[in-house]
Amino acid sequence: MTKVIETDVAIIGGGPAGLAAAVSARKAGAENVVIIERHHELGGILQQCIHNGFGLHRFREELTGPEYAYRFIPEVWDDPKIDVYLNTMVLDLAKDQSITAVHPSHGLITLRPKATVLAMGCRERTRGALNIPGTRPAGVYTAGAAQRFVNMDGFMPGKKVVILGSGDIGLIMARRFTLEGAEVKAVVEVMPYPAGLTRNIAQCLEDFDIPLYLRSTVTKVHGKDRVEGVTVSQVDDAWQPLPGTEMHIPCDTLLLSVGLLPENELTQMADVPLDSRTQGAVVDQNRQTLIPGIFAAGNVLHVHDLVDYVSEEAEIAGRAAAEYALRDGDTRQEKITVIPGENVSYVLPQRLDPDAETEFYLRVTKPIDRITIELGGVRLAVRRLVRPSEMLKIRLRKDHWEKLKQENGETSLELVLDAKAQPVPSPRAQREGVRQ
Amino acid sequence: MEKFLRCRGYLCTLDLGSFLHSHIPNEEVKWLGKRSHYDAIVIGGGVVGTAVLRTLAKLELSAALLEKETEVGWGVTKANSGIVHSGFHSEPGTWKTKLSVLGNQMFDQLCEDLDVPFKRNGMMLVAATPEEEEIIKHYYNQGLINGVEGMEILDQKALHQLEPNLSPQISMALRAPSGGIVLPFELASAQAENAAANGAHVYTDMEVTDIDYNGSVFIIHTKQGMSFTSEYLINSAGLYADELAKMCNLDIEPIIPRKGEEYLFDLKVGDIVSHTIFPVPTPTSKGILVIPTAEGNIMIGPTALELPYKDDVTTTPQGFEEIFSSTQELVPGLNRRDIITSFAGVRAGSPTGDFIFQLSHDGKGVHLRGIESPGLTAAPAIAEHVLTLLKDAGLEKPAKKDFNPRRPRVVRFNELSDEEKAEVIQKNPLYAHVICRCETVTEGEIVDAIRRGAKTIDGVKFRTRAGMGRCQGGFCTPYVVDILARELGVSPLEITKRGGDSYLLAAEAKALLKGGTLCD
Repeated sequence: MTKVIETDVAIIGGGPAGLAAAVSARKAGAENVVIIERHHELGGILQQCIHNGFGLHRFREELTGPEYAYRFIPEVWDDPKIDVYLNTMVLDLAKDQSITAVHPSHGLITLRPKATVLAMGCRERTRGALNIPGTRPAGVYTAGAAQRFVNMDGFMPGKKVVILGSGDIGLIMARRFTLEGAEVKAVVEVMPYPAGLTRNIAQCLEDFDIPLYLRSTVTKVHGKDRVEGVTVSQVDDAWQPLPGTEMHIPCDTLLLSVGLLPENELTQMADVPLDSRTQGAVVDQNRQTLIPGIFAAGNVLHVHDLVDYVSEEAEIAGRAAAEYALRDGDTRQEKITVIPGENVSYVLPQRLDPDAETEFYLRVTKPIDRITIELGGVRLAVRRLVRPSEMLKIRLRKDHWEKLKQENGETSLELVLDAKAQPVPSPRAQREGVRQ
Repeated sequence: MEKFLRCRGYLCTLDLGSFLHSHIPNEEVKWLGKRSHYDAIVIGGGVVGTAVLRTLAKLELSAALLEKETEVGWGVTKANSGIVHSGFHSEPGTWKTKLSVLGNQMFDQLCEDLDVPFKRNGMMLVAATPEEEEIIKHYYNQGLINGVEGMEILDQKALHQLEPNLSPQISMALRAPSGGIVLPFELASAQAENAAANGAHVYTDMEVTDIDYNGSVFIIHTKQGMSFTSEYLINSAGLYADELAKMCNLDIEPIIPRKGEEYLFDLKVGDIVSHTIFPVPTPTSKGILVIPTAEGNIMIGPTALELPYKDDVTTTPQGFEEIFSSTQELVPGLNRRDIITSFAGVRAGSPTGDFIFQLSHDGKGVHLRGIESPGLTAAPAIAEHVLTLLKDAGLEKPAKKDFNPRRPRVVRFNELSDEEKAEVIQKNPLYAHVICRCETVTEGEIVDAIRRGAKTIDGVKFRTRAGMGRCQGGFCTPYVVDILARELGVSPLEITKRGGDSYLLAAEAKALLKGGTLCD
């Protein structure tokens, strides 16, 4: 007979989102919480991120990934009302929140939680998703897999490296490989601006004289058994390679840092509707999905650039999940849909309770020097030097709701959130801190 | 660790009762100067060579297979589309027709015995113009002559009822329900495994460099330094069969290498069609197809590009555009964003257009050349035909009384019911440890694959699907490296993607800083 576990809140994933959600669910009064983690330890991807820079916003300190994780892990371990199931893989999540998982000593287990928080994180985009032509030798890795080899297993995947994509993990790995004695020949980015944080461009590339090629991509992989080189070409505005711009770079390793995708296979098993922009669930300000009782937080919901905000978001979800479990259901009212407008690539939450005071998480579609954020025509904030790599947080306050009602009469059921470009006061603001 | 210690050139005997690590990867196997004798030797471990070996293993004789790659099934077979053809495509009276229609009928029993996933999903040849409709009728009639059973011509309404996602332009289809899909690599490795379990020997990383004949036995020399003698020799070296035939002094036309690229979609679009969808054929190929694989993915391809060389397995932007635009005319709902990987293979194109069976040395050498499509379908019948040819040349051996046609069942954890999952975990807790999260592959399955002969990342991947899913090994590769190293008793630095110099790792961390270069 399969073991059946009843609990107030089940959390799928023991990374930064799952940890923060568990602590916050307990603080909000959940009697018991279960964390299900597929790995043999808590902390998720943080454990392989041995560089520092985590926690600047939350703890006002520069922590390494494991240090950041250990700001939460002891609290989880020391709480007798939080059960942690390690080495446990969830195989199925049903719409009624019944969870089937496989555990090393109990075998198959079933969880019946009153509320569930999805915190499965994300995965890296691969070569296949990009469809890079050429041969298929050994030596093509996602940046995260290479990070695991170097930082956790103690092996160097290669000695001469080209990195495709300027995402943060790729930039971090450029520095890591250099410090380990390998040669990073180039970082290649298809966009006209880097995908990673500005501080990582400075600290990981510029400090080590690693060239960054913008508006370029890898157009061919060479090598029979092992990578022997790549062809890099410049691209036009439609990202098509420009003939005649090919450059051959000999290398034994190609690292891919070309974006992260929320891992929503379980979410889809439970028929939770997803947002095609974030590739994560559609949620309200409590991070509740459209399936009552199922919440989501962290990179499974949308890919964050800073773990600090993952924790913050997971606290919202954990608290709301506990409240849901305690009152044994949802007192739902009609929600307002928030639609991303001008220059906004996505916005969370996608749905709001009327009068909800919350914070929007959003990203812009391109770098802009000065924007005003407007919801339904009401100005919420002004921001300078925004770029797609950095998520914006914009508070929605009571007075905004009052203005919305003044301007729109009774609030409509759809509100557009715009990031309107404004004239720049000084040309100095146009300075682009990246070598072309 | 010195380079010469790397695990290659080993004998896999696969005595599954007590089989653990009979392939001794941990130490250098001293092939140099060693010679072994067998009654019959098969050169080339593709789906045909392994079928021949298994057929030989049914007799009281000693048989061995020599494969130049690190695992069987890694030549032409690996990139095969996996279609078991019904037999209407080829002209009546050809070897292709005779052996593929026969081979098709053998697949149910073969795949049941070997526990290889096989499904008769049916083939559909589709037409969108009156000219194409005429061509379809021609193939229907040809199929009737060839003895293909169950064919029917479907009108526009009927075909869209069966396949609603086909382009509305498609007006007629020839449906052949006996067409099927199988995993070519799995079939080749299962045949080798079963042959080995019945006493045959499989040598991988064993590349034949020359063949002599002393009047009574073949003397086969290898790059690894070991030599073999045998009374009978079967050349099923695929792309390289012409070169081996020349070693036996046959004057032959060379094989025509024909490259094909294929693109694989995420499992989530796996039900967009259920039949294998064929356009009307071109002179050189059956065209660019939409194929539901035996594992539930959709695959599109292949191209058919004749090349002057045999080792070009690159994918190209031109190949992709050709394939994608052609398949849009068949199944417009396929979205390029759902492609998870691509690959290419080179087929052994026949200079005559038909399979070629050529004999040397009074019939004691049998050379199989130009085994192009539908070679996979025909493979079990080709093996029977080869046995007939050997018998004609004097091979007289009784059937092996204790031949066991069945391969031990493979646990495919993801396909089990909850009760069955609980049961396998009870027996072996490694089945509770999921390594590949995209395809839900457990450590138990990976260890089993290694014990059945997987020695590389690709060997594990092709047997278990670990790393074949949407993250393409991003998460599980480091763990699979670890498990392989542990089970084979070697350093992770010794683990390769697919043999040769395809090492995954270059050095221990910090070694580069110390000036150490372990793998130059």
